[in-house]
Amino acid sequence: MLIKRPDDILPSEITPRELFERRREFIKAAGAFALAAGLPPLALAREAFPSLQKGAHSTLEPPNSLRDITTYNNFVEFGFGGKSQPAERAGAMRTHPWTVSIEGLVHKPRTLAIEDILKIAPLEERIYRLRCVEGWSMVIPWVGFPLAALIKQVEPLGSAKYVEFITQTEPAAMPGLRLPYIDFPYTEGLRLDEALHPLTIMAVGLYGDVLPNQNGAPLRLVVPWKYGFKSGKSIVKIRFTDKPPRTSWNIAQPDEYGFYANVNPEVSHPRWSQEKERRIGEFFKRKTLPFNGYADLVAPLYAGMDLRKNY
Amino acid sequence: MQPTPPQLAVLKAALFAACLWPLAQLGWLAWKDGLGANPIEFITRHLGTWTLNFLLITLAVTPLRHLSGWHWLIRLRRMLGLYVFFYALLHFLTYLWLDQFFDWMSIVKDIAKRPFITAGFTAFLLLIPLAVTSNAAMLKRLGGRRWTQLHRSVYAIAIIGVVHYWWLVKKDITLPLLYAVLLGILLGFRALRLARERQRQLRAAIYENG
Ligand code: HEM
Repeated sequence: MLIKRPDDILPSEITPRELFERRREFIKAAGAFALAAGLPPLALAREAFPSLQKGAHSTLEPPNSLRDITTYNNFVEFGFGGKSQPAERAGAMRTHPWTVSIEGLVHKPRTLAIEDILKIAPLEERIYRLRCVEGWSMVIPWVGFPLAALIKQVEPLGSAKYVEFITQTEPAAMPGLRLPYIDFPYTEGLRLDEALHPLTIMAVGLYGDVLPNQNGAPLRLVVPWKYGFKSGKSIVKIRFTDKPPRTSWNIAQPDEYGFYANVNPEVSHPRWSQEKERRIGEFFKRKTLPFNGYADLVAPLYAGMDLRKNY
Repeated sequence: MQPTPPQLAVLKAALFAACLWPLAQLGWLAWKDGLGANPIEFITRHLGTWTLNFLLITLAVTPLRHLSGWHWLIRLRRMLGLYVFFYALLHFLTYLWLDQFFDWMSIVKDIAKRPFITAGFTAFLLLIPLAVTSNAAMLKRLGGRRWTQLHRSVYAIAIIGVVHYWWLVKKDITLPLLYAVLLGILLGFRALRLARERQRQLRAAIYENG
């Protein structure tokens, strides 16, 4: 439950060898977990991405355990009823074959197979904070590549101002689709400059291995300075538009979930104060940082905007 | 069916122990590291759920008594009511201590600004006088009529409790709705009986005068 590690070792001081062994341990743990959860152990027990580049902008904070990251999820296609539902149910989702259609206001619309997407850019490890709108946070070692590299492939038109991300719908595997609470397919969106920002990645794995289904396999968005719901999972379509896309949570409860949804301790949500957060695995709450601690990198994107209005 | 006094004593002891089950469950899960990635949230929700469960169980005593004719059931009601307060107190303490860690500024803000917390807190405050006046000495001091009037606030507490739940869920209202329906049945039963009683009295009055 708690991450025990001597405080006097800075993560930057750990040698690659130790890191490697630590990862082996995690993978063993993942295998044990998969067995316990009745999942095919092979899905998790192999190390899919053995040679990863260390990506830019990784935090030095200790990552959460694989168990926490893969058992405490919001993935409403698999139910609105509890954080353990995605881990229990997402195994039924088919992630092979998988194609992503990239369309809209672009010069070269394309449909790419996941295998080709994996080759677009070198895969990197990016250890990012993730802050959920519900007031908790984690540190997650993603494997991915900058979304900008994918966008370059399709050459957006000058009129493209926004990017829409659409999640898979597989009714047989996703009981949540039948519930009337939000509009499916799950749709999220970014401004084009947000999508092109070097912090924004498409993730295909975590902890050096393929993404578990409950975390959005095989391809998901990660926008670390925004609340987690902005980072669409299991993406099948990316569309370039000239108008802000209508996003699922925003349609469902516009006063609670804005289009921007930048992490902001000063703008509280009707049900959750956003001033503090509980890092999963820690007892005391910690102060939430503007833009989830990435302000130096992303605040300029919003220069001159009233972030209270554009929440 | 009418239990003898020793039988009733055994029944009470068994019920007392059974009502500790939800708490024991937490202890067991904590011991096995089974509270999940966010143990504080788990504990808060578990205790909140059981507060509401005991509230509905307590409110079920009177209808059950009337339907079954087992009038001795009323002898179990005080204990059940005190368990409502017990779990509400634990739920509130979890919030104060584990969740907020006595950050009074933030707690006051929460109670004032977050509607679901306002509702929960109101329900909790209203429970206090009921718990304090639950014993026989207080019943005597207040007098049966005033005591009954005071304890009718439990209906309001239950409604506020369900509202608290309704307001805190993100989107899936299935469970709050279920509690609302159950509470509606329990309160509806009383309303129906009251209406019948009124009618009967009215008819009796007409008969006497006519
Ligand atoms: C009679 C009084 C109360 C009842 C019946 C009650 C009932 C509940 C119920 C049923 C839940 C939901 C459990 C679940 O999601 O499974 C809950 C959650 C919660 N309650 Fe209460 N509650 C009461 C008083 C309070 C008070 C006084 C506070 C704090 C001031 C409070 C704070 C909370 C919090 C923080 C949650 C968890 C919300 C979340 O995890 O998102 N409740 N309560």
